[in-house]
Amino acid sequence: MRAIWLIARRELASYLRTMSGYVIIALVLALLALAFNAIVISNAEQRSSEVLSEYFRWASFFTTVVGLLLSMRLLAEEQQRGTVALLYSSPVREVEVVVGKYLSALAFLALFLATTLFMPGLIMVHGKISFGHLFAGYLGLLLFGSASVAIGLFGSALARSQVVAVIVGGVLAVALTMTWMLARVTERPLSDVLSAMAFWNQHFTPFQSGIIHVRDVVYYLVVTYLGLFAATRVMEARRWR
Amino acid sequence: MIEVEGLTKYYAAHAAIKDLSFSIKKGEVIGFLGLNGAGKSTTLKILGCVLLPTSGHLRIDGVDAISDPHEARKRIGFLPDTPPLYDEMTVGAYLSFVAQLHGVAPGKARALVEEAEERTATREVDRELISSLSHGYRQRVGVAQAVVHKPALLVLDEPSSGLDPVQIVEMRSLIRNLKGEHTVLVSSHILSEISQTCDRLLVIQAGEIVAQGSEEELARRAGAGGAVAIEVRGAAARAAEVVRGVSGVSGVSVVSESGELSVLRAEASAELRPQIARALVNANVDLLRLDRVGDRLESIFLKLTAGAPDAAAKQEAA
Repeated sequence: MRAIWLIARRELASYLRTMSGYVIIALVLALLALAFNAIVISNAEQRSSEVLSEYFRWASFFTTVVGLLLSMRLLAEEQQRGTVALLYSSPVREVEVVVGKYLSALAFLALFLATTLFMPGLIMVHGKISFGHLFAGYLGLLLFGSASVAIGLFGSALARSQVVAVIVGGVLAVALTMTWMLARVTERPLSDVLSAMAFWNQHFTPFQSGIIHVRDVVYYLVVTYLGLFAATRVMEARRWR
Repeated sequence: MIEVEGLTKYYAAHAAIKDLSFSIKKGEVIGFLGLNGAGKSTTLKILGCVLLPTSGHLRIDGVDAISDPHEARKRIGFLPDTPPLYDEMTVGAYLSFVAQLHGVAPGKARALVEEAEERTATREVDRELISSLSHGYRQRVGVAQAVVHKPALLVLDEPSSGLDPVQIVEMRSLIRNLKGEHTVLVSSHILSEISQTCDRLLVIQAGEIVAQGSEEELARRAGAGGAVAIEVRGAAARAAEVVRGVSGVSGVSVVSESGELSVLRAEASAELRPQIARALVNANVDLLRLDRVGDRLESIFLKLTAGAPDAAAKQEAA
């Protein structure tokens, strides 16, 4: 437990001390704000809640991108620089390393989400939105982001280079999202399974419109768990070669 | 302290080390000597509990390091071939992190960090970013991270690699200072470094220990009696005859003969120097100089690893 906290703190300090974390946040924030300005609030006829839903829809996409970009360096960089030997020779379990790194990325992702709050604020200035809708949307973004970080972390465990890591993470996330399309061309019961597996479609849209379903919360927590579990297993397997 | 039995490590079908067995007593400084690709790093990684062996047993300080690596790692300080440094941290923060990673309480970490910095002469860079350090300092901070939590066993993989001659001398005295408090394993292909700092040498060749023991023992086993250089005044022939008469001398050759001075080379162990001197003096030959020839360890090493350069070259190519 102490080791998790120690690793998470070091990793978070590393995000704050190097430029990469800020650059990721700033660039993605700029893109999201651009989308917000150009698309989300372009239609003045819409009701505020519809605008907010539209905003969450866009924000979810950019949150995944941030999650994958933040997590790509976590383990791949350790491999690249050889610092992973320090973790391997310390009395620290692989799962503690993985969870510590996940928590630091999640904290930084939360920082990103905090910087986006001004956009719903702008909607609030010009219209009326409920606090519940806002809360549900951001809970959804955090859960969605958490699952993205876990997937990215798995990619980062597999690869020695950060570029390969982010490609693996991105492909996994896209593939998981696309099971929804597969579901449309298959028959039941397979189509039910596939659509329940889909990363975004079925599970994020309720959050977007302000509804929290337990099954969606559980879905993202399970994806997070599986990502971290797989990353831990890869770390453990590395001891053999 | 360390007991190794039948340690074997395969990378796919290729055996990096084969059936290694040896034991190391507490407080010893052991040198692992071998060419590149001989299996030094693999062995040290296993002893540092970083890598798991394919088969074999390993006990460190009474702990079975294979079934309970977590417990064993608490007793180990490991410096891999490239020091595991986080460039964006300051030296002090980094060492404190490493100490805490090894279970040192946050309140006690600072005192240990300062002690480690004193011992490795890195005190003055405590507040510097690791990315700004020179190679020599990086290597020393690497040693500092291995000793900061005061482990019983220190495993240093080529601590002198890439250092300049002055830094190599500093590193040598640094390792000598670590003696006593820790059991130390050092690997190197720099022979002089190892012979001067280690109590005992393990020579690895193509994944197997081809010899072990002190420098003297190795010399005896390798049959490398060495050679003695003799400088005398007067004719070489007469001196050569006298030296040849000393029992234990297997051959004498004349290296140079210029005017008054002659230099001879006797194939004999350095321990025979008193007998040679006495014989020359008794025979009324003016003895000017008598010393052993060349880097002794070098010749032992070359003899012990002879016949296998092909294998080593193949591994390096792979």
